[in-house]
Amino acid sequence: MCLGVPLKIINIIDNEKAIAQLGEKTTLEINISLLDSVKEGDYVIVHAGFAISVLENEDATEIINIIKESNITQ
Amino acid sequence: MFKLEINLLNKNLLSQKNTVNVKEAISKIIKDIEKLFTDRNYVIMEFCGTHTHEIAKYGIRSLFPKTIDLRSGPGCPVCVTAEEDIDYIINLAMENNLSIITFGDLVNVPGSKASLSYLKSIGKDIIVVYNPLESIKLALNNPNKNYLLIGIGFETTVPLLAYTLIKAKNLKLKNLFYLSLHKLTPPALDAVLDGKEVNLDGVIGPGHVSTIIGAKPWEISANKYKIPIVISSFEPEEIIFNVYFLLKKIKNKEYGVWNNYKRSVRYEGNLKAIDIVNKVFKLSAANWRGLGIIENSGLELNEDYIEFDVRKRFPLTKPIKVKKTACRCGEVLRGVVKPYECPLFAKACTPSSPKGPCMVSSEGSCAAYYLYEN
Amino acid sequence: METNIIGSNIMEPVISLAYGSGGDLTRKLIEEEFVKNFSNPILDELLDSGIVEFSGKLAFTTDSYVITPIFFKGGDIGSLSVYGTLNDLAVVGAEPLFISLSLIIEEGLAVKDLKRIINSISKVAKEEKVKIITGDTKVVDKNKGDKIFINTSGIGIIKPNRDWRKREINEGDLILASGDLGEHGIYIMLERLNIKTAEDVKSDMAYLGSFILPLLDNFDGVKFIRDATRGGVATILNEVASKYNIEIEVYEEELPYKDWVKNASEILGIDPIYAANEGKAVIIIDKSQADEILDFLKKHPLSCNSKIIGKVISKNKPKVYLKTRIGSRRILESLKGDILPRIC
Repeated sequence: MCLGVPLKIINIIDNEKAIAQLGEKTTLEINISLLDSVKEGDYVIVHAGFAISVLENEDATEIINIIKESNITQ
Repeated sequence: MFKLEINLLNKNLLSQKNTVNVKEAISKIIKDIEKLFTDRNYVIMEFCGTHTHEIAKYGIRSLFPKTIDLRSGPGCPVCVTAEEDIDYIINLAMENNLSIITFGDLVNVPGSKASLSYLKSIGKDIIVVYNPLESIKLALNNPNKNYLLIGIGFETTVPLLAYTLIKAKNLKLKNLFYLSLHKLTPPALDAVLDGKEVNLDGVIGPGHVSTIIGAKPWEISANKYKIPIVISSFEPEEIIFNVYFLLKKIKNKEYGVWNNYKRSVRYEGNLKAIDIVNKVFKLSAANWRGLGIIENSGLELNEDYIEFDVRKRFPLTKPIKVKKTACRCGEVLRGVVKPYECPLFAKACTPSSPKGPCMVSSEGSCAAYYLYEN
Repeated sequence: METNIIGSNIMEPVISLAYGSGGDLTRKLIEEEFVKNFSNPILDELLDSGIVEFSGKLAFTTDSYVITPIFFKGGDIGSLSVYGTLNDLAVVGAEPLFISLSLIIEEGLAVKDLKRIINSISKVAKEEKVKIITGDTKVVDKNKGDKIFINTSGIGIIKPNRDWRKREINEGDLILASGDLGEHGIYIMLERLNIKTAEDVKSDMAYLGSFILPLLDNFDGVKFIRDATRGGVATILNEVASKYNIEIEVYEEELPYKDWVKNASEILGIDPIYAANEGKAVIIIDKSQADEILDFLKKHPLSCNSKIIGKVISKNKPKVYLKTRIGSRRILESLKGDILPRIC
């Protein structure tokens, strides 16, 4: 369950609302009330119009670690 | 280590320093699995409807050898909605002048006689929303109409609905009502493991539920049942990596919880969201299709928000009767049977004329099998 | 409260039942709005039928438009009703000549809304040089319609070199999409769910004939064309596979989508391969002409993002497959039931 897509916040309107980037020049209004703190430039996971988490830039390292751990060598 | 480009994963997040050829890594992983994991059957349950959907959509099962048995658990909130609950909503709508607000997922789920889409075609007001806050706008703009917001969804969606109700209360709305069909996922996992109907070796944990509740609740289950649980995102590449990761833990007889979606999931979860939920809801028993009634596995409105409970305001005059059916959705949900083992699968039961929720929801096992793995 | 009802313009003029009854109000509506906007010698005769003389292979199509909302970014129900019918003609190789226009208006539709729709229709017809030569207007009771329903029927003429119907589809033929997919369907879904988006998110409504007809004039390796409307590319391909008994393979990585379509689809939980397009065609072409055809299409603004998205892999049985980006292959079914947004 739970479709969530990562979007970039490009404008914080107030404590509740922010504008997220949907495409290069297109935007979408989302609700940020479930987040403690979020700033412009952050990526968030959006579910049903609400941001539920702020993405930490760890993804590339996560997969790298998994690959390393799996001992996949050339 | 490889030194080629990484893309995707979370498409917008591009790492400059770390470069890995993901396609090559996947093919090496598959080869590794074919080498190391064909000695016996490995049964892994994916516990989130979105995982079910993505696995089917990307044909992931077909990539692994037959010894890797990926089963779907009760991770689709629509699929685990009891037939009686659908019947209840339909009876409510028939007996009262009530507009129903729902997420799209529930619209085609059949009760014993009809679905919400049928209600729409006989003139009842069924409104599909994407964002539950739309219900506030509707209630405000139409003070003479009564609205029922159907509270469906697991822990990912509950905070949004709790927030909506808090807003409704602050606005002193008197024409918006709520039906909580919310269920919690760790108790469902425990029920499946308790049931011992399937010999599970490992679990792929739900990424966005965990974003809210954290990795912590899974630790308890993992330690109690001595089973490895990997919290995974929904990108097909990562799902494949995580199946491999899990297989290695299984082989090493390791158990516990591993968070492989750290970019979104914190150990303690989203505390603010949890807090909002606690303001509005409290623990209750819940009626799971396929699992029956499980104590402390659901949520209901607490005393502060009981004014929104639709059951208090619109009690039903006629009782709901539960009908017997050949639909084996319950067993599919527990991972006991595969969809094609149900006598109705692809015959009487198809996505255009579903007999049970597992075929309706695009997250349902049966729909996923029908559409992608025919 | 602060407005004085007497003598003020507080009541917005609307279409009432009287407008459809055939009397003076109807005549007034026809003369002032329709004839003024659509004027041409055939229509201006105002007979019960529009009369024309010509010969050749004729294509005749009809379509009804019931879209909600009636006004949206990129067009409205009026422009859609013209483009849709023109496109149905163009994809079979017909140059559109004449259309009919039938309106069923729900009582209470604001006159200014009707005028806006008529203007839209007129603008598209003039741009694409097609004449509206006959029409009809009815008005129904409140709640017996949905603001306005439109039917257009169209006649076009097919020059022999543009008639692709007898060309055989072969193994190895390529499937081409004339541009970015899913825009109209995904955008309309966002509108219906009141999800606010910026200017660039809009319908892709456009006249396909502007590149389809020149394409047919220049290449005989064009074997099949369909307007990729309801049900999206997936549904169209299943229909083709079924009709010609062919196996088609589509490549997920080649499907052209704008970023906003990809992201909005993921947010809504809808696969854009099923979303309607109103300015895109699916074309089956001979492999040997593929490079030139792509070059040709890319020069035209409406087909500049054309892409090969798949190929015909056999003529054994009707099936459509999707090769996913991770290298696996799965079945691609046609759209079953309604497209609904989901949270799960």
